[in-house]
This record gives sequence, C-alpha cells and structure tokens, in this order.
Amino acid sequence: MNIFVCISQVPDTTTKITVAPDGKTMAGTGVKFILNPYDEFAIEEGLQLRTKHGGTVTAVTVGGDSSKEILRTALAMGVDKAILIKDNEKSDSFFVAQNLAETVKGSDILIFGRQSIDFDSYSMSSMVAEILDLPSVSMASKLTINGTNVVVERDVESGKETVATSLPCVISAQKGLNDPRYPKLPDIMKAKSKPIEERAPIACSSRVETLSMELPKTNRTGKILGDSDADIRELVRLLHEEAKVI
Amino acid sequence: MNRILVYLETHGSGLKRSSLEAITAATATGASVIGLMTDGNETAALSGSEYGLSTCLIAKHPLLSEKSSMAIATTIAQAAKQENVDYVVMAANSTGKEIAPRIAVKLQAGYIPDVISLDASSDKIIAKRPVYAGKAVVSLQATTAQCVMTLRPNVFTAKKQAASLNVSEFIPLIGSNDGRVKITGLVKNEGKLDVSEADVVVSGGRGIKAPENYHLVEELANVLGGAVGSSRAVVDAGWRPHTEQVGQTGKTVSPNLYIACGISGAVQHLAGMSSSKVIVAINKDKEAPIFKIADYGMVGDALEILPKLTDVLRSTLHK
Repeated sequence: MNIFVCISQVPDTTTKITVAPDGKTMAGTGVKFILNPYDEFAIEEGLQLRTKHGGTVTAVTVGGDSSKEILRTALAMGVDKAILIKDNEKSDSFFVAQNLAETVKGSDILIFGRQSIDFDSYSMSSMVAEILDLPSVSMASKLTINGTNVVVERDVESGKETVATSLPCVISAQKGLNDPRYPKLPDIMKAKSKPIEERAPIACSSRVETLSMELPKTNRTGKILGDSDADIRELVRLLHEEAKVI
Repeated sequence: MNRILVYLETHGSGLKRSSLEAITAATATGASVIGLMTDGNETAALSGSEYGLSTCLIAKHPLLSEKSSMAIATTIAQAAKQENVDYVVMAANSTGKEIAPRIAVKLQAGYIPDVISLDASSDKIIAKRPVYAGKAVVSLQATTAQCVMTLRPNVFTAKKQAASLNVSEFIPLIGSNDGRVKITGLVKNEGKLDVSEADVVVSGGRGIKAPENYHLVEELANVLGGAVGSSRAVVDAGWRPHTEQVGQTGKTVSPNLYIACGISGAVQHLAGMSSSKVIVAINKDKEAPIFKIADYGMVGDALEILPKLTDVLRSTLHK
C-alpha cells in the first residue's frame, strides 16, 4: 500500500498572536512552531495501515526550511520517506492543495489531520481529493480497510455517521482515531540524519487575498460576584434583565 | 448586483437554522439570492420563504438521496454555473466543511471558510473570518470571478421576512464516479444537542473534580435547554467524549450564553469560546484567566454553586 500523509507546521497552541508590520500576517518572531496536533493522528494511522497491509508511508509538507523539523518528527515516528515542497511565500490554500496533489498522485490512500490549527480551514483533504478526482471522508474517528473497501466512522452534529468508500481515497483524521506514538530517543537521533527530499513548487496564482489581520476586540462587562445565595440570585437577575440571554 | 447561491439543508420538515442564517446573511448583502436543496421538497423551501427566500431550486438524483458528498458538490457547482452566481454560500458545519472546498476547485473559485461577517459596501464582498482559533481575525477577498464561502453557525441571526416563493426542479448531471462515497448509517444523538449548534453551552473543567459530579453541569444545561461542553482536561482524563470538547483542538462555539464551570481558561480553551455573546465564569481562583474574558464571574466552588444556580434558574424560568 502506497500511503501518503500530508502534514503542516503550525504555531504552538500557547502562542500569543501579534500582527506583523505588514498588517496582514502573524508576526513570526519568538513563535514556537510545532507539528499540527491532528497530523499526529494522521501519521499514526499511516503507520498502523503499513503494519496491517504492508507498503510504505511518505510524509509530505509544503513550507520553508523550518518545516524540515516536522518531517524529522514524522521520520522519528517511523515514516519511510519525507518530502518537502519548498515554499517561502505565505501562499493560499489552493497553492498548497495543487502542490500536494502533484506530489501524492498515484497513492492508494492519503491521510490528513482534520484541520491545521493555524487557519482552521478544514479544506485541504477535500481540495486535494477534488483535484485528483478521489473520494474523501473527513473527520474520521475509525477507519477499516478490507481489500479496496473502506469504512469510516465519524461524528457529525446529529450523531455518529458511517461512510463507505473505496481505495484510492483521501481521509482526514479526527482526535480519537488512534493513540499517536511518542518517538523514542534513538529514533529521534536517527531521524536527524535521514534524507529529506526537496522539491520546487509548481506555480499557481492565488485565489484569495488577505486584506488585513486584526486582533479581536474584547468588550466584556466583567462583573465579578461572590458565591453567596444573594450573589447567585443577582447573577440570574443580571442574565435576565441586563444581558437578556435567559 | 451580486448573485448568491445558498445551499440549504433540511431539518425535519423545514430547514436547518444554519441554512436560514445563510439566507439572511446573503440577503443582507443586497444580492439576488437563489436557494438550492439536494434533499428537500417544496414544504422545506416554503419555510425558507419566511426568511426572505424567493427563488429555490430543488435538485433530484438517486445519488443525492444516498447523500454522496461528491454528488452534492457536483450538483451545487453545476447550479452555480447555470445560475451564473458570483458567490456560493453554505453553513460551516460538517457537510459544508467537506463539500465547499470541492465546489471551489470545480468552479476554480476562491474559498473563504468559517466567515463571521460580510461587508458588501464595495462590489466585491469582503469576508472576515477567525484564524488561529479566534486569536486573530482576517479580512479576505477573492481574486477570482466566483467565490465559495461557509458561514460559521450561530453568528448570523436568521431574520423573518416574508417572500413569495418560486420553486423549480434542477436535474444535475452526475456520473457514477460520484457514487464512490456514500453515507451508509447514522446513529442519532437522541435528544442531545451538539455544542456547536446550541444557543446555550454549559461546560465543565477540572473544577468539577470527578466524572460522577458531571450531572451538576448536565442539570444546569438541561434547565437552560443548552448543550454540555467540556474542557480538554476532562476529555483527556476520559470523563467526557471528545465530541463535547470546546477549544482549539475541539469545537469552536459561539452561543448566546456560555457558562464555564471550574474551567481556569487556558488559552486553547478561550480560543474555542471567546466569541460567545455572553460569558459566565464560575471558578474558585479569582486570578483564573477565564475571568478576564467573562461578562459575569462568580468566585467560588462550582460544585457548591451549580446546584443552587440550577434551582434559582428553574424557579425563575418557570414563573
């Protein structure tokens, strides 16, 4: 089985976001970047599929030199190959999707994290699937493959859905799909010297323009009460008469 | 004048509230709005006309009855071409998130997900959306002729506005290739409201101390007709399912009222709920970060406050 896992580098979840001087992007100085948390489930699923069905797992990302770090994490977890599509621009989702599609063509299964926690678009798995004319199922919390039959369970607003599809296909991983392994120290050391294949990106024009980035305004009342019975009645009165939400 | 195609999803005999919100949001831009349903009928379309929908296409195809996401995407893209629209708009729910990127690829259109405001003061609509889990907001504009957008549920308010309705049938051309994915089963959450769709969310955190105390959170949510949410800590501890998790690696919610019980307010949690309209925080530690973004705070033990608060609310709401 030819398994591809598409991963991305994102700011650590504790990052305090500030706007760069261009007024359109996040200021990157002092920000710690990590492997997108959902991509850990994608990598783990790829490795477990390899154990069950044989084959190879390739991790691929689009980014600058610093993105090699997350490819090294994937290698330490056990992927066979790592590919970096070099891009130093802050490109839009189409650019990334086109470039990923070009690289992963011909794979049996393509696994993404359900969303990258920077732009939270939930778009990449469906976009790449559409470009490659493949079926896709997002937010998988259980994946079963039998021959070329694929059955996915996923949580939607109204309940738990079962979706049937077939290989080749694209899956995006929800938390709970598996328990991602922690890379062991010797594997982390070995991953440092493993090769990372670098590719030049194919050009494509962007379809969405960022006009500005701002920090959300907080405009909260901020009334602090104690815990007495009178305070509880006061809270209910405030919610009813002032905030008018009950 | 812009033309907007709004994808409408049914709920019971009517439309989902998120679809009604999309009708209102699209209409408010001054555009000419065309609805499209892939699983509906005239009755459902009529419920849209109470919110200003005057034109609705009802698509019919066997693969649409099987809820193939690929067939739905194909149908919407074909309708967008036929109707020559500038924008395609739908809810940013699990269906929208899955199919909207496909439609954008099919139409070679820009894609703007999870929109929280639309500014139509210039010819091209400018959309705002949260990024970094709401720690920042970006203003975006498509550079393409057409643009696909998903709207965050609960942000736009559906407004009643009667319209007379024109319904027509739409027959899409769908190849058997689009049958490669289909929904084969659904186990419904009986009577349980999803946090991302609820008007009121009551969430518990470490301050609830033990899973057997969680009924206090559930009872408060019940009295308010709301949904139960959870912090990452209690989900990771295995007390609660991941479907309830609110925060950067869970769900993003923007209810009218969010009550955080025994949640200190880690930045990842705040990211998932800070766009709620009114926030109430109940926490022992008066220095907890959750109080910085709360409209109303109660400093005290959630385990003691919750049952009393539930009682007072029950008698107030039943008056």
